[in-house]
Amino acid sequence: MNTVVHLPGLSLKNPIMPASGCFGFGREYARFYPLADLGAVIMKAATGEKRYGNPTPRVAEAAGGMLNAIGLQNPGVDSIIREEIPFLKAQQVPIIANVAGSTVEEYVEVAEKISSHVDALELNISCPNVKEGGVQFGMDPVLAEDVTRKVVQVSSVPVYVKLSPNVSDIVVMARAAERGGASGLSMINTLTAMRVDPSSRKPTLSNGTGGLSGAALKPVSIRMIHQVYPEVGIPIIGMGGIETTADIVEYLLAGASAVAVGSANFKNPFICRELIEELPDTLKHYGFQSVEEAVGGAHRERVETGLFRP
Amino acid sequence: MIREDLEVVNHTLLAVDTYELILRGRLVRDIKQPGQFVHIRTSADEYLRRPVSISDYSMEEETITLLYKMIGKGTKALTNYQAGDTLDVLGPGGRGFPVKALPGERILLTGGGIGVPPLYRLARELFEKGAELTIILGFQSVDHAFLREEFQQYGEVRVMTNDGSSGNKGYVTDGIAQMAAPIDRYYTCGPTPMLKAVVQQLGDTEGYISMEERMGCGIGACFACVVPSHDEKGYKRICCDGPVFHHKEVVLS
Repeated sequence: MNTVVHLPGLSLKNPIMPASGCFGFGREYARFYPLADLGAVIMKAATGEKRYGNPTPRVAEAAGGMLNAIGLQNPGVDSIIREEIPFLKAQQVPIIANVAGSTVEEYVEVAEKISSHVDALELNISCPNVKEGGVQFGMDPVLAEDVTRKVVQVSSVPVYVKLSPNVSDIVVMARAAERGGASGLSMINTLTAMRVDPSSRKPTLSNGTGGLSGAALKPVSIRMIHQVYPEVGIPIIGMGGIETTADIVEYLLAGASAVAVGSANFKNPFICRELIEELPDTLKHYGFQSVEEAVGGAHRERVETGLFRP
Repeated sequence: MIREDLEVVNHTLLAVDTYELILRGRLVRDIKQPGQFVHIRTSADEYLRRPVSISDYSMEEETITLLYKMIGKGTKALTNYQAGDTLDVLGPGGRGFPVKALPGERILLTGGGIGVPPLYRLARELFEKGAELTIILGFQSVDHAFLREEFQQYGEVRVMTNDGSSGNKGYVTDGIAQMAAPIDRYYTCGPTPMLKAVVQQLGDTEGYISMEERMGCGIGACFACVVPSHDEKGYKRICCDGPVFHHKEVVLS
């Protein structure tokens, strides 16, 4: 089974990587399995200066998922380059840096500094948990195109724009990113959500709102990827609620070329490695000889293979 | 830290909504200090594991004893496990209490509610080092109280309840105020407002506090359970830098 995936800037031995924010900078999970087993690692978001993030509680359960409002806590781009990237490089795994900011200038500064140390950038214009920047850029196609163009200009590696589902027309946002020069898309970030605690009569998260992730998000993400895939000419990294290899096949068929696994890492710290081990059998089960063969399969002319009877 | 399916050996109700859960597995071999915790997957539906402190353990029997309080959906799901079932557990996690005691040193242990359990093993280890322990336990009422008799083998126990139904009426801080002799060191665990009050009351006395917080990964990667700190970094992760901190290490709010 050929699980290799070639994407701009990235040669992945398999299409599975941990999603940004759920895996820190890899150190903690490296105690459980070699990170070299992964297709790539997407690092926790980097901002220009160190950020403390939001007060606690920062996480809460939700049916079929969870809410988080961490607030982009990170040690700042300089410290990440100095302290974290050397460790990841030593693990022999492709690195994608998640780039965040409050202003266009901050995005540009972070991208300019970090791009030469990594294989690709994931431009985070979709974080719902910060007061300034973040999803504001991801909800307006003009702002999204502008920040994408400026980041692409200064980046020495391909830029993947991470889209927010908190929009009325995802295709408009995907096209804006493509026009701005994105080499690919990351779909999708969390959906803005809230829980209220009946005892305190206040929102459960101290930030009020948080981002919904997990299984509940998967059908939304599949729908959006399926919508975007025929409308753009750049590859998509799919994410949202992946827990099984069947989920991954679903993402590939909808149009993702690779996938990221997020909150499932909390349920099971070994999930990424387990999925990598199981994926070849699952692809074979559904009649595929390679990962790339499955990509976009839900859009193509129907061909009778294996389990599939058109 | 490992992930292991632990066998449920015994599961009993100790007090109102408070359960004792004894689990068996090789995970116990990795325990380094009292006050560490395990991160339990309470059901297949839940995304977030539930952190529960280790109250006691036996290397010989390969068992750990956990005391938890049923508060929400996750801990309610936990109550359904019976002897013979297995439970997906990640642990032992975090840094526990430093067991520091010279013979004759006077040490205070004080816990509130479900903050009491991690002090139990600590009491034994400090007692074995020859410390003279005063143990102040705070509970809502007599129906919520547990481990009162068990602690007595290690030191002088004082119980405080909100309604006076067991021991004296009042908070653990009232119990501390009534102590006759000064102490060399203290250890405390409970809700953050209680920790803050205890730390303020005891001023510069060397103290160690164990904190609780909603956790995500439980291994330090997700930054869900942070507390502001006085160092240059500005934060500590409760799951891996803690849950036990020196009282001057973190900023309690």
